[in-house]
Amino acid sequence: MNVPTADPALEADAAVERKKKSKKPKYSRFTQQELPACKPLLTPTIVISTFALIGILFIPIGLASLSASENVVEIVYRYDTECIPQQSQDDKVAFIQSSATDKTCRTTLTVPKNMKAPVHIYYELYNFYQNHRRYVKNRNDKQLRSKEYELETTNCAPEATTVDGSPIVPCGLIAWSLFNDTYSFAIQNKAIEVNKKNIAWQSDKDEKFGSDVYPKNFQQGGLIGGAKLNESIPLSEQEDLIVWMRTAALPQFRKLYGRIETDLVANEQISVTIQNNYNTYSFEGEKKLVLSTTSWIGGKNDFLGVAYLTVGSLCLFLALAFIVLYLLKPRTLGDPSYLSWNRNPDRH
Amino acid sequence: MVGDGLTISREEEEEEEERSLAPLPSSGRHHRRKSSASAASRDGFPNPAHVRHLSRTETERLASSQRELADSNSRIVFIGDPGGSDPRFEIPRNSIRTAKYSPITFLPRNLFEQFRRLSYIYFLAIVILNQLPQLAVFGRGASALPLAFVLLVTAVKDAYEDWRRHRSDRIENNRAASVLDPQSGRFLSKRWKEARVGEVLKVLANESIPCDMVLLATSDPTGVAYIQTINLDGESNLKTRYAKQETMARPPGEDHPVDSAGVIRCEQPNRNIYGFLGNMEVDGKRVSLGPANIILRGCELKNTAWVIGVAVYTGSETKVMLNSSGAPSKRSRLETRMNRETLLLSAILIALCSVVAICNGIWLGNHSDDLELAQFFRKRDYSDGDDKKYNYSGIGTQVFFAFLMSVIVFQIMIPISLYISMELVRLGQAYFMVRDANLYDESSNSRFQCRALNINEDLGQIKYVFSDKTGTLTENKMEFQCASIRGVDYSGGRVSSRDNGEAHYILAAGKHILKPKMSVKTDPELVRLLKNKGDTEQGKRAREFFLALACCNTIVPLVVDTSDPKQKLIDYQGESPDEQALAYAAASYGFVLIERTSGHIIIDILGNRQRYDVLGLHEFDSDRKRMSVIVCGPDKTINLFVKGADNSMFGIIQNKVDLSMIDATKANLHAYSSLGLRTLVVGMRELSRKEFEEWQSAYENANTSLMGRGKLLRAVASNVERELHILGASGIEDKLQEGVPEAIESMRQAGIKVWVLTGDKQETAISIGFSCKLLTEAMTQIVINCNSEESCRNKLQDAVAMYRKFAVISPDPFENALTGTGSTKVSMALIIDGISLVYILKTKLEEELFKVATACDVVLCCRVAPLQKAGIVSLIKSRTEDMTLAIGDGANDVSMIQTADVGIGISGQEGRQAVMASDFAMGQFRFLVPLLLVHGHWNYQRMAYMILYNFYRNAVFVFILFWYVLYTAYTLTTAITEWSTVLYSIVYTALPTIVVGVLDKDLSRKTLMKYPQLYRSGQRDERYNLKLFTLTMMDAVWQSVATFYIPYLAYRQSTVDGSSLGDLWILAVVILVNIHLATDVFRWYWITHVAVWGCIVATLICVIIIDCIWTLPGYWAIFKIMGTGLFWLCLLGVIVAGMLPHFSVKALKEYLMPSDIQIAREMDKFRRMNAATMEIQMNRFSTLQL
Repeated sequence: MNVPTADPALEADAAVERKKKSKKPKYSRFTQQELPACKPLLTPTIVISTFALIGILFIPIGLASLSASENVVEIVYRYDTECIPQQSQDDKVAFIQSSATDKTCRTTLTVPKNMKAPVHIYYELYNFYQNHRRYVKNRNDKQLRSKEYELETTNCAPEATTVDGSPIVPCGLIAWSLFNDTYSFAIQNKAIEVNKKNIAWQSDKDEKFGSDVYPKNFQQGGLIGGAKLNESIPLSEQEDLIVWMRTAALPQFRKLYGRIETDLVANEQISVTIQNNYNTYSFEGEKKLVLSTTSWIGGKNDFLGVAYLTVGSLCLFLALAFIVLYLLKPRTLGDPSYLSWNRNPDRH
Repeated sequence: MVGDGLTISREEEEEEEERSLAPLPSSGRHHRRKSSASAASRDGFPNPAHVRHLSRTETERLASSQRELADSNSRIVFIGDPGGSDPRFEIPRNSIRTAKYSPITFLPRNLFEQFRRLSYIYFLAIVILNQLPQLAVFGRGASALPLAFVLLVTAVKDAYEDWRRHRSDRIENNRAASVLDPQSGRFLSKRWKEARVGEVLKVLANESIPCDMVLLATSDPTGVAYIQTINLDGESNLKTRYAKQETMARPPGEDHPVDSAGVIRCEQPNRNIYGFLGNMEVDGKRVSLGPANIILRGCELKNTAWVIGVAVYTGSETKVMLNSSGAPSKRSRLETRMNRETLLLSAILIALCSVVAICNGIWLGNHSDDLELAQFFRKRDYSDGDDKKYNYSGIGTQVFFAFLMSVIVFQIMIPISLYISMELVRLGQAYFMVRDANLYDESSNSRFQCRALNINEDLGQIKYVFSDKTGTLTENKMEFQCASIRGVDYSGGRVSSRDNGEAHYILAAGKHILKPKMSVKTDPELVRLLKNKGDTEQGKRAREFFLALACCNTIVPLVVDTSDPKQKLIDYQGESPDEQALAYAAASYGFVLIERTSGHIIIDILGNRQRYDVLGLHEFDSDRKRMSVIVCGPDKTINLFVKGADNSMFGIIQNKVDLSMIDATKANLHAYSSLGLRTLVVGMRELSRKEFEEWQSAYENANTSLMGRGKLLRAVASNVERELHILGASGIEDKLQEGVPEAIESMRQAGIKVWVLTGDKQETAISIGFSCKLLTEAMTQIVINCNSEESCRNKLQDAVAMYRKFAVISPDPFENALTGTGSTKVSMALIIDGISLVYILKTKLEEELFKVATACDVVLCCRVAPLQKAGIVSLIKSRTEDMTLAIGDGANDVSMIQTADVGIGISGQEGRQAVMASDFAMGQFRFLVPLLLVHGHWNYQRMAYMILYNFYRNAVFVFILFWYVLYTAYTLTTAITEWSTVLYSIVYTALPTIVVGVLDKDLSRKTLMKYPQLYRSGQRDERYNLKLFTLTMMDAVWQSVATFYIPYLAYRQSTVDGSSLGDLWILAVVILVNIHLATDVFRWYWITHVAVWGCIVATLICVIIIDCIWTLPGYWAIFKIMGTGLFWLCLLGVIVAGMLPHFSVKALKEYLMPSDIQIAREMDKFRRMNAATMEIQMNRFSTLQL
């Protein structure tokens, strides 16, 4: 070809020039997008072994958690209706609101199996929306923590101040509605000691609730929401309050009441005395007393075990299904004849 | 028609007026040059359409020359008197301002600009809603954080860009100009920004011109000045400008105080850089001014010691500033689609909010009696004894509030972070495109340029490519290939080896060696002939032929220094590439043009330096289609040299010469043009004294006449150009750019239709079509070149009938031809010319044309005007969903580039106008293949996945919030802390998707280039469509169900507190969506690992930090819950259960219904193994052999 060539000397010049200010991008694996990379592909081996592995892993876990849940011994006793005398069944709210009525309620529970100490005592509320928007924010953490913020009652209305304007400590609906049923237990008329120490988180006691903050003007308003607090004990030691103020996630929840530090033997009769003070009647709530041991999985809950078994067996099934699929419909990976433009030459 | 393109530069006088009428400012000139230049080839067929076309432009020209500059509409400039300028209009000074903001206006203006995005208004509205106490879902700070973050990032970017503009403005405004001081008559130094209209300025060689000025005087006695317009239109060759003789005589300055100075009337400022209309009154005489008389800001003065001019347009009114508007902003297809899905998501959002609000109302209604006393509600406020309600104002209001609050809580259903992520990802993609060594053009030293940053992903969905021809498919570098002298063909240079006859063009000039910058391969036989001192008739003619090539032109030779001090280069500057090619060719054969002044040229003929006086020059015009010079050689003979198009030349030859020579020449010409060469015929005549004197008086008369000078000069030329001896003909190749046929073939396989739109003639277009493999012999050509609407309709109907006929044979001719596999393939090519398009576009026939054109594999449009190019693009754009791309290099492509979805400018030979208007710019046409097939594919794939993933990611989160709300008495409580909610999309999950969006590659570059068909996945919208969106959303719902309900069921009836469960949820969802992303990543780089796993760790750290703040209710919750086995079981369960459907479906789909991409991925992975085993075998084989 009769290509006009640049003069060789000129080319040399140009090369020098280019070296000086060539805009040619510098080569690097990064800029050329050629970094070393791993290219995972869902090959049959990987798919089958993934499913099989999950199956093999999940089924034992499921069995373990089921058995753990099985080993948890739990006594649940719903007492909100039963603790209302027959004559007041029609107007439970009036009964519970009245200060004159005797709200003591006695019952006997049978221990189904041996229960190793510690046996946790919970109260369980149902239909109580501790996560209600109006409720969950109705507190003031500053006030709870330190005495100098005693006047800080933001977010606490309508339980912020008394009528004369002095601050309520602890303020807010959560504290105001502190649960106030009490339980005492006895076996063969011998009272069982309930340990109410250390039922709250240590971190809450140390940091969130001040040791110099004492209850003030609490539960003095027109409407009593729940328990009263001993004004001589600082908030950091009011463990019931601390437990209550760690608001529950769901409208059906348990809260730790205390622990029984002695073992309970199967078929033992525990007589329980309940002070049925707390008003759940006005909103169709339920109250239950729960005695339960614990395991590594927490309380009695079969769900997780069942779920793990289900997922595990599903994965095993899928592994099998994929094996069958790969056998029935073999396909060479990366076979160019599967490319759409090769697959159907007549049609295309 | 040969020679059309030779001397366009000289026809300015009348032509510019026509140009100023061109529909698009600044586009007319280029088009003209190109169309006429390319006309110079392969002709010999009469073309009625072309003739018509010319006669039409002729009438326009006549009309335009009658145009008068209305006084009311003109600017009046008093030379040397800036104060006296037209008071009717406010005229700015010469300072410019490209910066958008000042420090004071930055904040409001920038915010205003940013809030023009509708989605930002949405987010702002939500932030404002959240500030209302009744609705405050989040803390005030937390809610504003995402929007503030996005606004801040954008503002910082804008501020930085603007600061850079400020800086360059300041530098520009403070440059020094020398301005005539009317009092002293001396030129004083002033800053550019202080120059005013009417002031007289002096510019020295190599200085930039501060404003648009009318030339008054130059250092050259004939009033010529050379300027370089590279900053204006990118053309590097020198252009000549003239000062009027009337002002040349007494340039304003020390000798000639400006008291009697004249008045200039000119147009109001406009953006047409190739047009100017004005007149000047000097000493009572009125002189007309054209574009050849002004020099524009941004140009540089070259080869001229100084010029003096008067400023007519300054500052923001200069043509360069009026032209500096950016490219129009386009929005990518994917983003448009995305907006549709955004609307869908809004509908889902509203649905969710309505559900919450209605349920809230029902709940309140059912419990209206209970809530008086319920501890957690406390409808009544007893605190001051009154019976008033606490924070409760009836069910209706509560429902309304619940609705608004749920909008606030669920707001991230519309992902705000997506917008900023997309910007960042595009930035990253642009970085890689610019840095790609495969898109770097060595010859022009230019990288790929990303001028538009928001349509990267469109590159992956192109279906139509509209390409310009000259400069885009071809290099627009003309190369001399063949010569025919006296009917003898000398094409040896085409085939000869590279090394021959080097010695010819090296010559000693004093101490220096001068060389032409470029050389052509020479034909050895011709070289021998020339060396034989011209003894034979053939030798004599050959010498005359090359002498004609060396002197019959308007080339300005420039001597350029090289790094070697003994060597200098001659650079031929001229406006026509054909002329340059001929001059270099002559130089290679030993006829080196060394110097040109206004009166003479010096040519080195085989080592002898000879001076030729140029007595006259007849410029090219489109009637004669030739140019001529009259020179007086050293032997005092006066010769006329003519070169021009063949049909114009054969009409004026001497009749007596032997006809066989003419026939041989014609045969050669035909052979050349069938090779796709552009041909020119050269002739000469020796003038007798008498003839010369006759001519001279006529020429001088014509030159000095004031009226109809052009017409008179033309007549003089026609008169003298007769009875020529034909010396020979030349063949010049308009070389195809490297790799064009391969690129076109790749694009054809990729399902991209390539249409060529050119200003060339039909024959040229077809020949180029063949040489770049666009057309093949097997194709059926449908040619439409009609002169009336009626015949166009008939032709189109025939074409439709033909198409139908083929359609019966094969149901889908388009697909068929693309794959090139079908045996029944019938491919058609449509060739249509501009005249026919006039009758078709914008009429009822458009629809027919569309049908035919889309059925054809190839469409060639010839003789199209710039606006027609745009018209064809919009023909496709308005009728199909398909993406269009236009690629071009000249100003005549600007409208097409701006109309198409993606506009690409070739930064090559012609001006920068195309680049300025384009979205992307690159050096070579063939780069289109890696750009579309590799980067376009990647960008589309990445962006499509990123959008889907962002939608999915935020939807999962919103649904989790929604499920929880169902268990809070519909009161919009969130278990997840508000900080985590806010950080979720901007911190917890943002980085991996950006990294994947920038880096992930589904297929390697090699595979994508090897199988262009893979590109079709983008055309089919495979990676982003409603089906995928729906599937992704269903997956999102399932995953949210798994994430929410597994912990919910596991923790029901337990002592768990809201914050702990919230922490579990946020961790679970962050891990889940990151694992989801991880299963979809194609390539794991170390960066990807860092981003994905790092993000999970970062989330954990953030959650821990949040839980270490004692004022928040969740204090210490994460530590407590992480200490339990249940937490970890839940987490694992959530991830596995959540991923199960996605993973199974993915595995199933990839195996049973593999897409092309999937197969290619497998090939990518396994082929390497195959190659490795092959290599091992080969090695073994070779060792055995040894």
